[in-house]
Amino acid sequence: MYKEICEKYTPEKDNLLYILHDIQDHHPQHYIPEEAVQVVAEYLNIPTNHIYGVLTFYTMYSTKPRGKNIIRLCESPPCYIKGSTNILRKLKMLLGVNTGETTKDGMFTLELCACLGVCGNAPVMMINEDVYGDLTEEKVEEIIDKIRRGNQ
Amino acid sequence: MKFYRSHILVGISEASLLAGAEEFIKELRKELAKYDLQEEINVLETGPLGFFGKGICLTVYPENITYQDVKIEDIPELVEEHFLKGRPVKRLMLDTTSKYKPRLNYENRIVLRNSGVIDPENIEEYIGVGGYEAWEKAFTQMKPEEIVKEVKESGLRGRGGAGFPTGVKWSFTAPLQVPQKYVVVNADEGEPGTFKDRLIMEGDPHQLLEGVMICARAVGATKAYIYIRGEYKLCIERLRKAIAQAYEYGLLGKNIFDSGFDLDIDIKIGAGAYVCGEETALIESLEGNRGNPRWKPPFPGVEGLWKAPTVVNNVETLANVPFIIKNGAEAFKAHGTPQSTGTKVYTILGDVTYPGLCEVDMGTPLRTIINEYAGGMKKGFRFKAALVGGAAGVLLPERLLDVNMDFANLNEYAAVLGSGAILVLNEHQSIVDLLWSILRFFRHESCGKCSACRNGCQQLYELITKIKKGEGTMEDVDLMLTIADTMFATSFCALGQSPVMPVRSAIENFGDEFQEITKR
Repeated sequence: MYKEICEKYTPEKDNLLYILHDIQDHHPQHYIPEEAVQVVAEYLNIPTNHIYGVLTFYTMYSTKPRGKNIIRLCESPPCYIKGSTNILRKLKMLLGVNTGETTKDGMFTLELCACLGVCGNAPVMMINEDVYGDLTEEKVEEIIDKIRRGNQ
Repeated sequence: MKFYRSHILVGISEASLLAGAEEFIKELRKELAKYDLQEEINVLETGPLGFFGKGICLTVYPENITYQDVKIEDIPELVEEHFLKGRPVKRLMLDTTSKYKPRLNYENRIVLRNSGVIDPENIEEYIGVGGYEAWEKAFTQMKPEEIVKEVKESGLRGRGGAGFPTGVKWSFTAPLQVPQKYVVVNADEGEPGTFKDRLIMEGDPHQLLEGVMICARAVGATKAYIYIRGEYKLCIERLRKAIAQAYEYGLLGKNIFDSGFDLDIDIKIGAGAYVCGEETALIESLEGNRGNPRWKPPFPGVEGLWKAPTVVNNVETLANVPFIIKNGAEAFKAHGTPQSTGTKVYTILGDVTYPGLCEVDMGTPLRTIINEYAGGMKKGFRFKAALVGGAAGVLLPERLLDVNMDFANLNEYAAVLGSGAILVLNEHQSIVDLLWSILRFFRHESCGKCSACRNGCQQLYELITKIKKGEGTMEDVDLMLTIADTMFATSFCALGQSPVMPVRSAIENFGDEFQEITKR
């Protein structure tokens, strides 16, 4: 499977970031496992430690299995002064996890991120590809509920 | 071409999509069809209209009436009253009860003049308002060195933060005789509170492409990359469409209009790293590496992407280029001040009446921007400070609000124009708390390459945490200044040189807050 993804791209090092994005997007647990790193290293003919360096440098990649829905709450100054700390507390409570952790049922992973560029609607979070803004504690509860119900 | 009695422009941006703009447009079209108005009234999707936190916004032409925060439930009333009977719905019109109306200021816009006016997904609309005329001129009537000269003369300076003269930057690369040169567009907008480039790309992607084409022609590059952050989904989608259209119209590709000139534009998507906004780090990232900055010199203009000469320009910078080429340097210099020509796009956030964006001449006082363009403070709030320039910006108190926003004047205040982010704080918000958040951001984003920044950011964060908890002393505050100054003097790249801006301005302008919290 990893080989097939690699072959969508020419075997040049500058495609590394895109191959990694692609692998992560197609992995059911939204991460890049060690086996994948081996395959990519062989395909691009670069050392695995280079890939590991890249993986751990950029915040969008994960080397740990993650949940079906990845919540990325913005903690940058504009969201912070609009109360992102309260939103984080609420999310932790609702999900029963700390930042960087995944719920037991594998439904959600809670992460923090830097500015998403939607500061006009702070505080903001992204769940997978969707942006949610003007968050309040009630709104967060609704959003999480809705996703939970949708998944049943 | 079909003629319509009226045009409804629906502002499509991340913010209005959040409010359900797609569904809204479907319903609006359905409702118009009910009254058989679909041939008379045109519903257009356009870029952001210019104010935020206001849900779905519409502008109706020719009346030029703006509606804000319109909901799906409002559609029947809106269609029946306004579009059938011709009576605008007052209750939904943009709130103008505050002391100042928001000034959308289209007459003075350069970069955003088409934003909220044309359909950004249609190349014909861009051509219809004079788009690609500059490119044609640059291509058929001007020699590359003339383009560089015109841009130099216009006085255009980089809009990404540092403000380096754009024409001068191009003139380093243009004369080099090498087989391959590149243009890279820095669209990795990560400065907290900044989203001007997103709005430019969402509102008028073709203008950016035209700027890229002219730049490539001027410096002799045949390949251009737009490095954009992965979170900007709508921008990526619109740019992809725009590039495809440009190929279709023969504006890109091999041997463009039999001139022998080739140009390809490609989009590259980032993976989340603030430091990649630094041009050499961005180049590293494009090459498939960690985004660690490179030693300068050699500058990218001489040795950049894959060691080839590379011009790296910010989105807003390049979006200014078509205007300069089409109307000439003099027309551009009519805006702004002699040292800082043209306009600047700002995003204004916080407790102001109309958070959003504005494009005003360089040199406009900060007070005017906040009071007139953003409508002043929200009812019930008092001004305390403005964080100008994002995390790497400065905190200005009320008494410094009369500063003119241009490169030279801000320099006097040891401030930077930076990214154009203005974050307004009210009297209840704590400066120490905000600084803590800023330093936490830097600690996270330091790339770790040089020890000055890696250790400095960590120590600044630890000190401000201690102070925030009420356990710090004034010696800790002084130590923060020493560390920040040391970082400024010794860091490898601009990231490590940045924390001194918020740290120094916070401590110097709001020293009493630090005194108070350390006394506890």
